[in-house]
Amino acid sequence: MAESENIVVETAEKIFADLADAQTINSDKTGSWKAPLWQALSEAGLPLAWVPDDLGGSGASLAEGFGVLNAAGRFAIAVPLAETMLAGWLLAQAKIASPDGEMTVVPASPKDRITLNADGTLSGRARGVPFAKSARHFAVLAHGNGGISIALVEAGKGRIEAGLNVGYDESDTVTLDKIEPVAIKPAPKGFDQTTLMLMGGVVRSLQIAGALESMLDISVRYSNERVAFEKKISKFQAVQHNLARLAGESAAALAAATSAADAVANATSFDDAVYLEAASAKIRCAEAAEKGGAIAHQVHGAIGFTMEHILHRYSLRALAWRDDFGSESHWAVELGKRVAARGADELWPLVASR
Amino acid sequence: MTAALRFDPIRLPAECEQLRKEVRAFLAEEIAAGTFDPNKPNREDTDAPEFSRRVGAKGWLGMTWPKKYGGQERSFLERYVVTEEMRVANAPTRRFFVADRQSGPVLLKYAPEHIKMDILPRICRGELCFAIGMSEPNSGSDLFAAKTRATKTDGGYLINGSKIWTSSAYIADYMIAIFRTSPPTKENRRHGLTQFLVKMKQPGIEVNPIGQITGQYEFNEVVFTDYFVPDDHVLGEIDGAWKQATSELAYERSGPERFLETYYVLTELVRAVGDKPDTRSAEGIGRLVAQLHTMRRMSVSVAGMLQAGKEPVVEASIVKDIGTVWEQQLPHRVRDLAAFVEETASNRETLEKQLEFALRTAPKLTIQGGTTEVLRGIIARGLGLR
Repeated sequence: MAESENIVVETAEKIFADLADAQTINSDKTGSWKAPLWQALSEAGLPLAWVPDDLGGSGASLAEGFGVLNAAGRFAIAVPLAETMLAGWLLAQAKIASPDGEMTVVPASPKDRITLNADGTLSGRARGVPFAKSARHFAVLAHGNGGISIALVEAGKGRIEAGLNVGYDESDTVTLDKIEPVAIKPAPKGFDQTTLMLMGGVVRSLQIAGALESMLDISVRYSNERVAFEKKISKFQAVQHNLARLAGESAAALAAATSAADAVANATSFDDAVYLEAASAKIRCAEAAEKGGAIAHQVHGAIGFTMEHILHRYSLRALAWRDDFGSESHWAVELGKRVAARGADELWPLVASR
Repeated sequence: MTAALRFDPIRLPAECEQLRKEVRAFLAEEIAAGTFDPNKPNREDTDAPEFSRRVGAKGWLGMTWPKKYGGQERSFLERYVVTEEMRVANAPTRRFFVADRQSGPVLLKYAPEHIKMDILPRICRGELCFAIGMSEPNSGSDLFAAKTRATKTDGGYLINGSKIWTSSAYIADYMIAIFRTSPPTKENRRHGLTQFLVKMKQPGIEVNPIGQITGQYEFNEVVFTDYFVPDDHVLGEIDGAWKQATSELAYERSGPERFLETYYVLTELVRAVGDKPDTRSAEGIGRLVAQLHTMRRMSVSVAGMLQAGKEPVVEASIVKDIGTVWEQQLPHRVRDLAAFVEETASNRETLEKQLEFALRTAPKLTIQGGTTEVLRGIIARGLGLR
């Protein structure tokens, strides 16, 4: 990790620790923590970290931004930081300047499609868009006759059906009906919806890996405090082995996500090797969210199943993040097809390519 | 954070890619010459002394060791590339694998200079096969329950007792074994074992092959009767083998051989489903490839840490835990998917034969070289639970 990356990530971690403490947020029924947290993040230039200076952002590197999002996962941050960063990154691909305030990305699923109409307006429906209700702007990827375009749209112009994901965060359906964008430009050559989904998948993978690190941390701590049958439950071999498996899932998620992030940060294009990294990260992190989260809950017993306890802030979000930018089932089918199309003897060279 | 587990995204340096090409070209030549069939992991004859010498001649054995002992002073990451290419090709590495991975590094660390000068260059030339003498009939995972005695005598020790499950003992030239030199103490039940270098082809040793459920005879019982080991064959501290055992584990436990042992069935499945798989096959293959890729990235990361001089014992244990459970499940998952492969697939018979062997192999993978239970105990200790 470069020196500067440490500084950006440390800045984010300090803000999270000061203003996004899981216990404080969990006890706060009014949501009063949100505004100060967002303000501090904005003042630090984090939401637009991936936007170059000349487009209104703070011009951090991809690696720095990925580090911030891994930390955001460790704190299970429930404001649209990842979404705004991703939106800013998408807009920057087409050299569109980012406005202030919360943003999100439309579409957020490989199944949905936004169309660029002949008259320059945008139409289409996107389900499961994270934090659409809180967003002031959308960064939109649209398909038109002339290819792929990237657009900035005022959120108020779309129709939003509010919803919540498994982790109780906003996950909304956005309908655009002949909406005029604030700005629209062609996407760079080779950039398509798959590129956006892969990037979104890497972001979610890092968040899941972060959440698992915290689940491991609080589960180990709890097992060293909780006494049952006259000893700490950490002394039972069954519990130890469960926690060892949780450590394994956490490690696998971290390795897959940071490897994919590193691949994307150093890639000149989203070639087969980067595709393997990004798709694998989403698949493996999603599996880890399921297996690891189940163990964290098992260790905590009934207390971890209560709203009062912070565990669900990590466990349910990790499960919810699996669904964004293509589920593990989606990526597994796509990766499997690619592997089959390359042929059996090209599988190992692909796996060993990095 | 309680658990500071690190898996930095290590990339193989450029020199590895050139090396990989050389290894692939070499293996292709060996296959063409009929040295081995990469599609037959279940062949009877896994010992290939001439192949072993040719690998040595390439400079691919002991490649991280000092040049004065015949090594190449190359990096762990380069060794990693050679190991994974050999494994994926199902190359017959039995004769040199243990010596290169484990025994050589032990000798480098603990053997007297004249022994190092004698033995290490011969390992590098592919001339020597090593076995590991750890388990005994009543001491497997519980290493420190070993009872086979080394009794002090003039100029050395007399060994009496037996080792068991010793792979390759019938072809091995040497064994690195632990024997009991003192009883355990009340304070430390691990005390009293000493590591020795044992010359195999010498009177006082009897090797009895044991049939395995794969139909192979890889492991053996090794019986010692008043077998003499000279003083200069003691490796490290008398009674202190327990201090030496743990640091080797990171080398032994995190390599590509810890998740690639049944890899061949995945390749063959991909061949069988063809270039346009149905959704179920595609999804199944995609998941398996994602899991494989992740383990390899974890394993490469540990190799990078070893190269940097660290001792990532917990990380290495995690790699072996996840890797061996995966390679054990792999033939079963491939079998699930193979049920839908067309009867007409040209490699159907090859796949079925391979699956048969892989399914018979699978149970051992989570036992050999540190059971899943032992590994999870080590991880739990690393987490501060024990």
